[in-house]
Amino acid sequence: MRNGTVIDHIPAGKGLKALAILGKKGVGSAKVAILVNAESRKLGRKDMVKVEGRRVGEDEASLIALIAPEATICIVDEYKVAEKHTLSLPKTIKGAIRCTYTRCISNNDSEAESEFRVLSSSPMIIECTYCVTRISEFEVASQF
Amino acid sequence: MDILSSLGLGRSYLEKIFSDAKSFKADISAGKGILDGKVIALAFFEPSTRTYTSFDVAAKRLGASVIGFRSQEDTSMAKGETLSDTIRMLDGYADCIAIRHRYDGAAKLAAEVAKNPVINCGDGRNEHPTQSIVDLYTIVESFGRIDGLTYCLMGDLRYSRTTNSLLYALGQFKPKAVYLSSPDQLAARSEVIDKLGFKCKKIDYDIDSVIEEVDVLYVTRIQKERFADETEYKKAKGSYYINEDLVARMKPEGILMHPLPRIDEIDRRVDRSKKAMYFEEANNGVPVRMAILKRMFDGGR
Repeated sequence: MRNGTVIDHIPAGKGLKALAILGKKGVGSAKVAILVNAESRKLGRKDMVKVEGRRVGEDEASLIALIAPEATICIVDEYKVAEKHTLSLPKTIKGAIRCTYTRCISNNDSEAESEFRVLSSSPMIIECTYCVTRISEFEVASQF
Repeated sequence: MDILSSLGLGRSYLEKIFSDAKSFKADISAGKGILDGKVIALAFFEPSTRTYTSFDVAAKRLGASVIGFRSQEDTSMAKGETLSDTIRMLDGYADCIAIRHRYDGAAKLAAEVAKNPVINCGDGRNEHPTQSIVDLYTIVESFGRIDGLTYCLMGDLRYSRTTNSLLYALGQFKPKAVYLSSPDQLAARSEVIDKLGFKCKKIDYDIDSVIEEVDVLYVTRIQKERFADETEYKKAKGSYYINEDLVARMKPEGILMHPLPRIDEIDRRVDRSKKAMYFEEANNGVPVRMAILKRMFDGGR
């Protein structure tokens, strides 16, 4: 790949979720490759996503961290790895996911933007700042 | 300076409120003129008897004017206006907004929209911080302290906002023991328990094993309106009951509290007991809320 992004060390089975997150901004005419259930020393099995000609932004990276908190992102420039980042969850997550409690105000007022406080990265524990409902990794992943 | 949660209330703030409330209770006219010229908006989108009227009276006793409503049907939200827009408008009319709403987090959203202070008077199953201050004040009146006492919170601890706020507020003190008694499906949520700076002991239905050591027995009704499923409500209904025999087994100085309204969880004959403190607790709503409003305009916590 000449230019683009490689998202590696995605837990097996979550590659398509990562692709769905990237798809939110659209991949345009970029070439996309996805590898599923590849062997991995670190994870046993892993998924990987390559997007040619597109740099994955910080906002997208923090969303991918929600489903693959230990994934790495490599930015490729002229066939070389120009940058390599290990993902980490931000302290707060705004707007990206919905609270699962239907009576939370964030689901019932058009001006209320969902906001979650990250209490722990591993295991991931996030809590709605409006209604203090905690959302599991599974519930987060099911939103993508 | 909003009051959205009991988690943010410090011990020194609470003790100042208790002191002011005691003065107002001793002489209700002592608040005269303190909030002259101020306007308090009572934005109650959900029914209320005690909280609404006690805030109304407290504000007027301090000399403030009161505007507002006590049901969503009385507002343009019935026409589709958002909570944010309703709050924005009230914020322009009043110096402080006391809000009650059926959705969790509504008070926080109101505080984000409003420039003036917002007081959470109950948001869904989440919190009711001023009730917890009323509760603690009632305990102080009875025992002269909050530290070192044994508490048992009983009933619907899953959907009760008053028990959440009381537990958070107790975190500012050093309770000797806190027991939580509820049917399994109404147990306190881990999101709440994990935030407490003290250990609670879950005792399910087994109130008999602790009743003789309890100083404060705090009972709540089953919050029918918060159940998503009527069948679940019917299963929980009637699963706990306070009668005269149980109250007689409490310590002589022990007290029975309830934020009210009660439905069928307390035998009416218990009302005759000197341990039954729930009507006094309701009466304390006025002096305590006077103290809260006074401090809100005094310069904070």
